[in-house]
Amino acid sequence: MLRKSTLIGLTAGLAMLAGAAMAEPLKIVYIGKNTGNPYFDSITGGFEDACKSLGCEFEFVAPATAEATSQIPFIEAQIQRGVNVIGIAPNSPDALNEVLASAREKGILVLTVNGDITGSEQYRDATILPVNFDIVGRDQVELVGSLIGYEGEIAILSATTEAPDQNKWIVGMNETLKSDPKYAKMKLVATVYGDDQPEKSTTEMEALLANFPNLKGVIAPTTVGIAAAAQVVQSRGLAETVKVTGLGLPSEMRDFIKDGTVTAFQLWSPYNEGWLAVHFAKGVLDGSIKNEVGGTFEVPNLGTITINPNNSINTQAELTTFDAKNIDEFNF
Amino acid sequence: MTETSATARDAAPPRPLWQVLLIRPEMMTLILLLVGIFAGSQLSEFFLDTDYILKSFTLSAEFAMVALVLTLVIIAGEIDLSPAANMALSACLFAWVQAAGVPLPLAVLVGLGAGLAMGALNGALVIGLQIPSIIVTIGTLILYRGLAQIIAGDKSIRVPESFVGINDVMVAGIPLPVILFCLLALVLGLLLGTTIFGRQIYLVGTNEVAARHAGVRSARIRMILFLMMGLVSAVAGLMTASRLGSVRYDLGLGGELQMVLMAMLGGTYIFGGRGTILGTFLAAWLLVIVTTGMIVANVLPAWQLCVLGLLLIVSIIATNLIYSRTQR
Repeated sequence: MLRKSTLIGLTAGLAMLAGAAMAEPLKIVYIGKNTGNPYFDSITGGFEDACKSLGCEFEFVAPATAEATSQIPFIEAQIQRGVNVIGIAPNSPDALNEVLASAREKGILVLTVNGDITGSEQYRDATILPVNFDIVGRDQVELVGSLIGYEGEIAILSATTEAPDQNKWIVGMNETLKSDPKYAKMKLVATVYGDDQPEKSTTEMEALLANFPNLKGVIAPTTVGIAAAAQVVQSRGLAETVKVTGLGLPSEMRDFIKDGTVTAFQLWSPYNEGWLAVHFAKGVLDGSIKNEVGGTFEVPNLGTITINPNNSINTQAELTTFDAKNIDEFNF
Repeated sequence: MTETSATARDAAPPRPLWQVLLIRPEMMTLILLLVGIFAGSQLSEFFLDTDYILKSFTLSAEFAMVALVLTLVIIAGEIDLSPAANMALSACLFAWVQAAGVPLPLAVLVGLGAGLAMGALNGALVIGLQIPSIIVTIGTLILYRGLAQIIAGDKSIRVPESFVGINDVMVAGIPLPVILFCLLALVLGLLLGTTIFGRQIYLVGTNEVAARHAGVRSARIRMILFLMMGLVSAVAGLMTASRLGSVRYDLGLGGELQMVLMAMLGGTYIFGGRGTILGTFLAAWLLVIVTTGMIVANVLPAWQLCVLGLLLIVSIIATNLIYSRTQR
């Protein structure tokens, strides 16, 4: 019985392949870090709208947990489903290498979107990042400096100890603080990790306040961390003494901005990442875009996009800063 | 408890042969497996593809191999929750000494030796110091994982190119990890079902004190099982390293739950004395079939978790029902 249905399945598969040759719509999938992460709704929205306007099929899938290997069965499943493009927010810088290699062998275009596999770049075709991640650390230090008058103790509340993007930004923050005399009077006293869990982030924030009574500013370069830190500062009424900033979602931070708990924070538009990924993938597969470093292409609403070294593509040149003046213009 | 089985069994009339053969927990697993295959084929047209299913099985083959040995441990009335951490630590040690310049075959031996040593530590604490195995192995689970993180840090260690890709090695069209799993199941099945050692495992698990008084060397048997556990975990760790191409301290994180799940789904009785290798063998396939079927159909992870939970509850109820019926 099994064998018979396998045969039927095979025939069906062959029929599908034959169909694919006759202008099947492009099948694009985006694999998120895990489910229940509101940040990805916005990226997915960009994917969906772009797929609608370009006539592609789109699916979003994600494992239940963000462990290093939890995305592997999902990648295998998408290979089996015969998708043309896999976009992925990788949970590990290298545990996915082998399975991504086998996807590319099958002719699938592999794009890392909103996070890259740093050090394993040869296992994906290109990466789509919101901004050049090399400057995030610098911009965040400048922002917190402007809030505290470039003087006093600051701390970092990050995601997990191994989160590759956050770690890259933290390195950038440390280098900026050391090398730029503008920040000589600012002292980084601690870097703590809230594991992107609201409870743990809250505990870590409270510990920071207890351990460093002279703390002037906190950078939380993660959406979960900044919301938790702002909550702590709000409930203790410390908004004047401790300035919380970092990377946050306008939708989650709106109330804190309105009541003055947070003066300003930064982020990019996750929506544009999905929008750009689909336009890029479609162009590469139909031959209108060459995936070569230095090449440029046009994307509606975003203008001219350049392919940077390491096949890295950015949706915007600088971080967007949100404050009381512009927060109402954003709803992701 | 000590006197029931002997007297009660003599009094009961023998069950008809068809009952002995068909009303077994493994039968339940087999039926669920067939249902799973059918459901998977209905959910997605991409599911019924032998190559794909075998490939998906390689992702769980490491845990499944450990689950086979774990079945013996549970039948013997013990538990071992440290194997996933053991996998991580032996793989990290292997990759670490290898990166430090130790030749590959020697590095493999280091990894295997480390696994064996971890099994020996578990066994020594459980048998020598008479501490319950659930407590010992929760402790060592944390300890081994911590040591792995000390060795590897937050970075991953690449393994050499020649060592990568055990899952791409095909023997007669079947991935090597699947073959290894089936071979191990066969050997352990024969060991448990046909040898004196196998009978003694059941005796120790049914009533350890009685078994000891009957001259069964319970301590030695349990020690051997913990050693086997350590060794198979190390093998599984190295296989994972080969499949992923790199090693991190979080390798196999949370795997112990999947292993226990496989044994339970296969009808192994958590309090010892009952269970078969065939059951765990079928349960491993069941788990892979059900999860792959749902993943390839893009079923939401929340639903996947619900289905897995229900599956476990159904199989536990069935196991208990069948055991309580057949005991009368």
